[in-house]
Amino acid sequence: MHMADAPYDLPDARGHFGPYGGIFVAETLIPALTELRQAYEEAQQDPAFVAEFKYELKHYVGRPSPIYHAKRWSELLGGAQIYLKREDLNHTGAHKINNCIGQAMLARRMGKPRVIAETGAGQHGVATATVAARYGMECVVYMGSEDVRRQAANVYRMKLLGATVVPVESGSKTLKDALNEAMRDWVTNIGNTFYIIGTVAGPHPYPMMVRDFQTVIGKECIDQMPEMAGRQPDYVIACVGGGSNAMGIFHPYIEHADVRLVGVEAAGSGIDTGMHAASLSAGRPGVLHGNRTYLLQNEDGQIIETHSISAGLDYPGVGPEHAWLKDIDRAQYVGVTDAEALQGFHDLCRFEGIIPALESSHALAYAARLAPTLSKDKVLLVNLSGRGDKDMHTVAEKSGIQF
Amino acid sequence: MSRIQHTFKRLAGEGRKALIPFITAGDPAPELTLPLMQALVAGGADIIELGVPFSDPMADGPTIQRASERAIAAGMSMRKVLDIVRSFRATGDETPVVLMGYANPIEAMGVEPFTRAAAEAGADGVLVVDYPPEECHEFAASCKAAGLDPVFLLAPTSTEQRFADVAVAGSGYIYYVSLKGVTGSATLDLDEVARRIPVIRDKVGMPVGVGFGIRDAATAARIAGLADAVVIGSRIIEEIEQSSHAEAPARVTAFIRGVREAMDAAVTQPGGAR
Repeated sequence: MHMADAPYDLPDARGHFGPYGGIFVAETLIPALTELRQAYEEAQQDPAFVAEFKYELKHYVGRPSPIYHAKRWSELLGGAQIYLKREDLNHTGAHKINNCIGQAMLARRMGKPRVIAETGAGQHGVATATVAARYGMECVVYMGSEDVRRQAANVYRMKLLGATVVPVESGSKTLKDALNEAMRDWVTNIGNTFYIIGTVAGPHPYPMMVRDFQTVIGKECIDQMPEMAGRQPDYVIACVGGGSNAMGIFHPYIEHADVRLVGVEAAGSGIDTGMHAASLSAGRPGVLHGNRTYLLQNEDGQIIETHSISAGLDYPGVGPEHAWLKDIDRAQYVGVTDAEALQGFHDLCRFEGIIPALESSHALAYAARLAPTLSKDKVLLVNLSGRGDKDMHTVAEKSGIQF
Repeated sequence: MSRIQHTFKRLAGEGRKALIPFITAGDPAPELTLPLMQALVAGGADIIELGVPFSDPMADGPTIQRASERAIAAGMSMRKVLDIVRSFRATGDETPVVLMGYANPIEAMGVEPFTRAAAEAGADGVLVVDYPPEECHEFAASCKAAGLDPVFLLAPTSTEQRFADVAVAGSGYIYYVSLKGVTGSATLDLDEVARRIPVIRDKVGMPVGVGFGIRDAATAARIAGLADAVVIGSRIIEEIEQSSHAEAPARVTAFIRGVREAMDAAVTQPGGAR
C-alpha cells in the first residue's frame, strides 16, 4: 500500500490504523470510552475549546518552543546539519504537558473532578500533577515501584504539586504495570474520574486524541524550519517508547513525502541480547492495553519485561499508528543502545550546553550516527522531547558517581 | 445443542440455578488444576470457568492477578491449559468448561488454531475479556464454526444497543458484571442486579450469569433468586491461596458445597425463585 493512493486520514471511525488500534477493553470500559469519544469530538468543534487550548499552550507552557541549530555539534560530526526542536524548554521540561493540558481541559468540560495517570520516567506524572494543580483537580499517579526508585526527584515533584503517587508492585513494576493499575482505578471510579493517558497508545480515542494534542510540535516545525534552515528537513528523528513525542512531530510531516521519518527505539543492551524495549524492531503484533500493536512477547503471548536505561522508553508496546507507519513504510524504526544514548547525552551536554533527557538522547544518538554519512547541506530535525535534570541520578550512577 | 445450553436446560427443568466457579489454570501448580476442577464438580459446580493466565490481566483485581503470576511462574501456557481440559474431559462428559482470558495469548497461537484446538480438547465456550463484540467478528465466527460458545460480558453501564450486539455475537450465556470495577472488588448492588437481569435476559434471549463481587454463600443465594447463574472467582482463588497443595481440593469442595446448598435453598423456598 502506498501513501500516494489517498490522503492520510486515520484512524477510521472505530479507531483503526489498518489492522492496529481499536478498542480492546472489557465491557465495563466501553461506555466510558464512548462518552470520551463524544466529548472529544464536541470539544474539537468548539472554537472556545480550541482557543483556550492555544492560549494555555502559549501562556502556561511557553509555546512555541524554539528550533535550535546545533552548529558546533554538527560541525564536529562533520556531516548533515542537526536542528533541535526544543520541547525540553516547555513548562515541566518535556512535551508531555501539551497533551495533559488538552485532556485536563476535556476532563473539566466533562465534569470529572478527579484525574489519574500512569507514568514511567515520571514526566507524564509531573505534567498531569501540574495541570491538576492548575485546574484544581484531585490527582492520583500510578508508577511502577522500580521507576519510583529510579526517578525519585520526579516523585517528589508530583507530591509537591499535590498529587498522590501510588507505587505499583505487580508484574515487572514498570510502566506497563502502572498502566494496568490506572485502568483498574478508572473502571472502578468511572463516574468521577478522567484517565489522562500519556502516550499515543491505549483504546480509541486515546491514540488519536493524544496525537492531536501533540501535533502542535510538528505544526510549529513546519512553520519554523523554512526560517531556520531555509526549507523543510530531510529527516525528522524522534525517540519512540509509546511514541507520543514522535507522533506529535511526525504527523504533520506524513504528507510531506520527501521528508524521511525515523523513530528511535531503546535497544537497551542490544537487540540481539533480548534486553531491550524495541517493540517495532523486534516485536510481533498482538493486543495489550486496549489496542492492537507491535508487542514484545514470548511465543505463548505473555508480555515480556523490557530493558532500557530510560524509564520513559521502558514499555513493551508502542502506539498503533507507529505500527501502521512501519507497515506502510512511511516511517523507519531503528534501535539505539543504552551506551549509544549515554554518548549522545554527554555529547549534547559538552558540545551544546544542553542536558537532554535520556529518552531524547536516543534520538540524538541516532542523529549522531546518521549525520556523518550525509553531506553538509542535508538537514536533520531531532525532537529534543525533554530535559535531563530528572536523569542526573541515573547518569551519575553509570559513571560510578554517588551524590 | 451445546453442552452449555444443555446444562442450562437441565437446570431449568430441575428448578435450579447454575453455579459457575472460576479458577486459574496452573495456579498454584499445573498438576493441581485437574484435581481442583474435579473438586469443584464434587462441590456442585455446573460449569467451570478456567482462567488462561496472562501477564497483564487489566480487568482483574489483585487476587486473580496473583493467580496468573503464580501460574505463569509455574510454566503454564495455552497448550498446557488445553492439555488440562483434555484430561478433565476424559474423566467425564457432563460439566462444560469455558476458557476465560485475554486476547493476546489467543492471537499468539492464532485464532483458528486456537478455536480448533480448544474444541478438540473438549472446551465448550470461550470468554475473552478484552474482545468486545465489535472487535471480534472473526473470532466469534471461528468459535461458532468450531462448536464453541463465545461468551460475552455486559456491565451495569452497558446500553441496550450493547445488549443487541452481544445477542448477535454471543451464545451459551451472558456474563453480567455486577459492579463497576475489577474482579474481586467488595461492593455489589443487588437492587441494580434485580432491575437489570430481567431486561437483559429478555433482550439477549440467553441465560444470564452474574459475577464480580460475589464473595459468600448468602450473596450467591440472593443472586440465584435473580439470575440464571452465579459466577464466583476471586473468593475461590483466596481459598486455594490459604491452603496447602494437599488440602486445596477438599477446601474448595467444602466452600463450593456451602454456596451450592445456599443457592438451592434460596430458589426452592416459596417466593425465592423468579
